[in-house]
Amino acid sequence: MSTTEDLYAGSSETTEGRVFTVTGQDWDSIAEGLAEDEVLERIVVNMGPQHPSTHGVLRLILELEGETVTEARCGIGYLHTGIEKNMEYRSWTQGVTFCTRMDYLSPFYNEMSYVLGVERLLDIEEDIPEKAQVMRVLLMELNRISSHLVAIATGGMEIGALTVMTIGFRERELVLDLFELITGLRMNHAFIRPGGVAQDLPPGALDEIRSFIALMKKRLPEYADLCNANPIFKARLEGVGHLDLAGCLALGMSGPVLRSTGYPWDLRKTEPYSGYETYDFDVQTWDTSDSYGRFRIRLNEMWESLRIVEQAADRLAKLDGAPVMVADKKIAWPSQLAIGSDGMGNSLDHIRHIMGESMEALIHHFKLVTEGFRVPAGQVYVPVESPRGELGAHVVSDGGTRPFRAHFRDPSFTNLQATSVMAEGGMVADVIVAIASIDPVMGGVDR
Amino acid sequence: MSENDHTDQTPENVPAQTGEVHEVGVRHGMFGVRGSGDTSGYGGLVKPILFPGDAQRPFGGWHDEVADALEQAGRAAGLEVATPRVVIHRGEITFHVRREDLLTVAQVLRDDERLRFEFCSGVSGVHYPDDTGAELHAVYHLLSMTHNRRIRLEVSAPDSDPHIPSIVSVYPTNDWHERETFDMFGIVFDGHPALTRILMPDDWPGHPQRKDYPLGGIPVEYKGGSVPPPDQRRSYN
Repeated sequence: MSTTEDLYAGSSETTEGRVFTVTGQDWDSIAEGLAEDEVLERIVVNMGPQHPSTHGVLRLILELEGETVTEARCGIGYLHTGIEKNMEYRSWTQGVTFCTRMDYLSPFYNEMSYVLGVERLLDIEEDIPEKAQVMRVLLMELNRISSHLVAIATGGMEIGALTVMTIGFRERELVLDLFELITGLRMNHAFIRPGGVAQDLPPGALDEIRSFIALMKKRLPEYADLCNANPIFKARLEGVGHLDLAGCLALGMSGPVLRSTGYPWDLRKTEPYSGYETYDFDVQTWDTSDSYGRFRIRLNEMWESLRIVEQAADRLAKLDGAPVMVADKKIAWPSQLAIGSDGMGNSLDHIRHIMGESMEALIHHFKLVTEGFRVPAGQVYVPVESPRGELGAHVVSDGGTRPFRAHFRDPSFTNLQATSVMAEGGMVADVIVAIASIDPVMGGVDR
Repeated sequence: MSENDHTDQTPENVPAQTGEVHEVGVRHGMFGVRGSGDTSGYGGLVKPILFPGDAQRPFGGWHDEVADALEQAGRAAGLEVATPRVVIHRGEITFHVRREDLLTVAQVLRDDERLRFEFCSGVSGVHYPDDTGAELHAVYHLLSMTHNRRIRLEVSAPDSDPHIPSIVSVYPTNDWHERETFDMFGIVFDGHPALTRILMPDDWPGHPQRKDYPLGGIPVEYKGGSVPPPDQRRSYN
């Protein structure tokens, strides 16, 4: 079969010479074309958006010279769902339900940045009960562990280290079980609400958290044993995806990529929120500015997160029965739901109160649930240190019951811009490693 | 509102502590009903939408230092109006900059050693359809890691001339952020190296985050009832 008749590998004559278009797996046709003593100068490879190694629906357009990447560009937007626009059509509380779905590997951070923004606009930052603060920290740090586990697991899978993937997802499942116990959902929790958190800690949760910590202390060294000094792992990661401090600042990089240059920038230390200044933990850095350093930072940060989770669990043990929602009845959700025998969330006491005892309570419930609360006009920007870097929410209110505008500065979106810098001039196989070291989550990139 | 009502206002409901208030629109009624049908009496309610007004010196804390340094460095860089409008709300400082000054201001903010805002958290667009003559706003959040300070720059452009200079030459990180804001609001960032759509398809008509762009959606039927799409449901305003 000649190359010109192949449905999946056609070629056409242009003024610049012969151009092959390969859309299937038929590289034979190119090899045949090359054999016809034509000099192939330039190969443009479209990688993704459906490709197992691009970390989600990310499209890469690579220009190759042999196996060397001369230009790398990203195509994004395949997971754009209009979350920011949708939030403008829901109440302030309902907004949490949307933004938790952006970066689906770190939902609590999405909720947190938005909720902190709403709380600052409401000027109730000082009124959030201590237990809600501690629970937020506990959930966020558990989330950092689960997110870093996926980063390491998928990063390992993409370079062929399948065991790293299987054990990574094994441990992540344990964290998701904790989330399910505490919030009712494995992902997309919508648990952190303006004014506090949706629910109190269920009975037995602290015991589960403690046994998880004990188990993780045994399991985390496995990653170090498997990878830290593994010659193949190091050969694939060391020196790959290099980006120094000046490059990081110019490109607005944050999180593990920035810390891999040796700069200990962590918003939990520099601009503490939710009482992070009262926890004992260290900022992890590395000084190689490469993918290997970012891997080691993630590994070390999981240990630091375990330390914080431990401290938070100790504090929660002393806060039994304390409120988890702000005292202001104009903001706090009126009922505390519990799962009934039918599997639905309900509060029989609250229903008895509003339906049988107090007309005013019924009116209040109706107003707050359907209309919601009003937030004074103004704008705020609140950043939190997500597992991927600075996740900031720009929240604008016009004094109404809905966000006038909510914009998220997602670290994946910003950090993905470094693909070109990290990949160009390197080998095509290193593009995968470089992108895995950024750990972009396309849900957050495209929102 | 009469004079003696002021005592009933709680502090958080006062839109501005100092200076002039900034009106960006008017809110009518309360239950989202237009025309007739609202017999509650609230339908006739007319309230201006007031954003926090200009702050007056002293701003307090490091805000004065930054404002002074920006003023001096801006004048040294040849800006005609070196004093931008300043708003302080909830402890965050906003500098309202004329769009023709934006590039110079960004350069000064990054390079002056008293300012050193090395890190830009991108640009966020906001569409105020009733803010006549300044419908489109571009909001930049800057961070000085040296001094651990955050400020906000706000630039506006009219709908009829949606041009704002690009600051990619100063903050390369704004490349994608400006493309996103162009994509979503139609703000043209002059001087951007390749201002194309980034999230929406290349041939998409319109700019989805603008307030005049509908949310879209279809009615959903459930157990015999029909729920209209979110932007057509009754809402409180």
